[in-house]
Amino acid sequence: MATQALDRMAPLARLRGARKAYGKVQALDGIDLEIHAGELLAVLGPNGAGKTTAIGLLLGLVGADAGEATLFGQLPQQLAARRGIGVMLQSAGIPDTLQVGELLELTRSYYAAPRSVADCVAMAGLGGLLKRRYGKLSGGQQRRVQFAMAICGRPKLLFLDEPTTGLDIEARQTLWRAIRELLAQGCGVLLTTHYLEEAEALADRVIVVNGGRVIAQGSVQQIRAHVSQRRIRCVSTLEAETIGRWPQVRSAARHDDRIEIVADSAEVVVRRLLSEDPALEELEVERAGLADAFVALTRNAHDEIVNQKEAA
Amino acid sequence: MNAIAVEPFSSSLRCYWLEARCEFLRVLRAPAFAVPTLVFPPMFYLLFGVLLNGGHGGKATSYLLATYGVFGVMAPGLFGFGVAMALDRERGFLALKRAMPTPPAAMLLAKMAMAMIFAAMISVILASLALTLGHVTLAPLQLVQLFAVNVLGVLPFCAIGLYIGTVASGQAAPAVINLLYLPMAFLAGLWMPLSMLPALFAKLAPVWPAYHLAQVALSVVGLDDGGSVAVHVLVLAAISALFFGLARRRLARA
Repeated sequence: MATQALDRMAPLARLRGARKAYGKVQALDGIDLEIHAGELLAVLGPNGAGKTTAIGLLLGLVGADAGEATLFGQLPQQLAARRGIGVMLQSAGIPDTLQVGELLELTRSYYAAPRSVADCVAMAGLGGLLKRRYGKLSGGQQRRVQFAMAICGRPKLLFLDEPTTGLDIEARQTLWRAIRELLAQGCGVLLTTHYLEEAEALADRVIVVNGGRVIAQGSVQQIRAHVSQRRIRCVSTLEAETIGRWPQVRSAARHDDRIEIVADSAEVVVRRLLSEDPALEELEVERAGLADAFVALTRNAHDEIVNQKEAA
Repeated sequence: MNAIAVEPFSSSLRCYWLEARCEFLRVLRAPAFAVPTLVFPPMFYLLFGVLLNGGHGGKATSYLLATYGVFGVMAPGLFGFGVAMALDRERGFLALKRAMPTPPAAMLLAKMAMAMIFAAMISVILASLALTLGHVTLAPLQLVQLFAVNVLGVLPFCAIGLYIGTVASGQAAPAVINLLYLPMAFLAGLWMPLSMLPALFAKLAPVWPAYHLAQVALSVVGLDDGGSVAVHVLVLAAISALFFGLARRRLARA
């Protein structure tokens, strides 16, 4: 029992003080991260933030200039360590002429105790596709094949780099279901995504990366709390420009008959809206989403860097 | 963790077998590669070795059997390795394979097996044409020797192709390889004996790996320049080692 508890505590994968430069560009500037069993860690960040390099380090595709990357306490370059992972990369470059069944069979052969082909087909939604050539599939079907290849080895840790790009809503839901099922079985997942609603729906923890550094981390709630703003929408005849000058209001804009206001505090603004326009309709108040927090966080970090440079 | 240590040997062999099978099928199903590779050498041989020579089983027909065999096996080595490797690198398939628990040598061995199977197919097709339409008479031992030269002779070209594949982009690789392949075939005396070319070409010929392989193949039918077969084999082995080494360094840095 004691060792089992320890196993659960030890991270599946870890980056410690990882730094990596490509020429003059510092892709990673001292990153720490850990992924534990049964949790989904979403790594968010704008393009060029260092997400791909961070994953590359954990997969053993690139070596760190400083710091360390480990998988199950071993170097990622070790085959034994990688037998515990499944991988879905952004660009897979899988040969067009191979059949789905052949690709699955080959990938399964890398692992000691792979999932059955039938299980993979069911989890990834590949019914009827086994005999089809990879190049003849739609983009969404190809993503599903890549997902099947990632999960076929019963990995303890799954790397999903933008897994749902190009998927329709239904296919995305199928994939989310499969990911939740894997998490429930104790699999750890590292997810990068451009769809913040995906992180919102799946992530236990989020880290936001920018300029090669972690600029925020915590639960989705904690990340959202970085931004206290509220979004207020209503149908009103009031001038957006006038509202924009009210205290507490950050911005106000009109879209047809609707006004959208971003405010630091909803209550004060709503009270004034209602008193100034008794005919106001369809009032909505929304807390900032992960997307707003993300934009604010990465913008702040950018400003900080610019300020630092100007100061220097 | 212990499960990995006691993993049955047969299952780890299985992934090598499947890797090679997939590599072979992948290339066989790509007509742009498979058709020229399997059709051109026999077609040229029929045309220049058999029809234009009147099909008398003369010296030229034997000479061209040996040299078109070399011409034939250069292609799966150079193109099969070079273009496929360049594409795999460019499109991210190599990165995916390296991230997945693919045994490090599996991809390379699979590609080598693919190239050797293509070489064997070309060798058998050419020998069949020579023995039937070409009326070439060869002892069974000579046939076996030619087959062995073709199947093993593909390896130095695998090494060269591999290196080009690690340097050139997927777009550039076919062009680079064609620039190497066709002139080298001509200058190494694969299409016509070097004695029919200006003397300078004969002097330069030892520069080309294809020349050395051609000399080994020609020694089987007794039409070589009279140099030492051991030296030719040594040169080919050195070329293989050099380019495999260079490619390994490139791949380790990438």
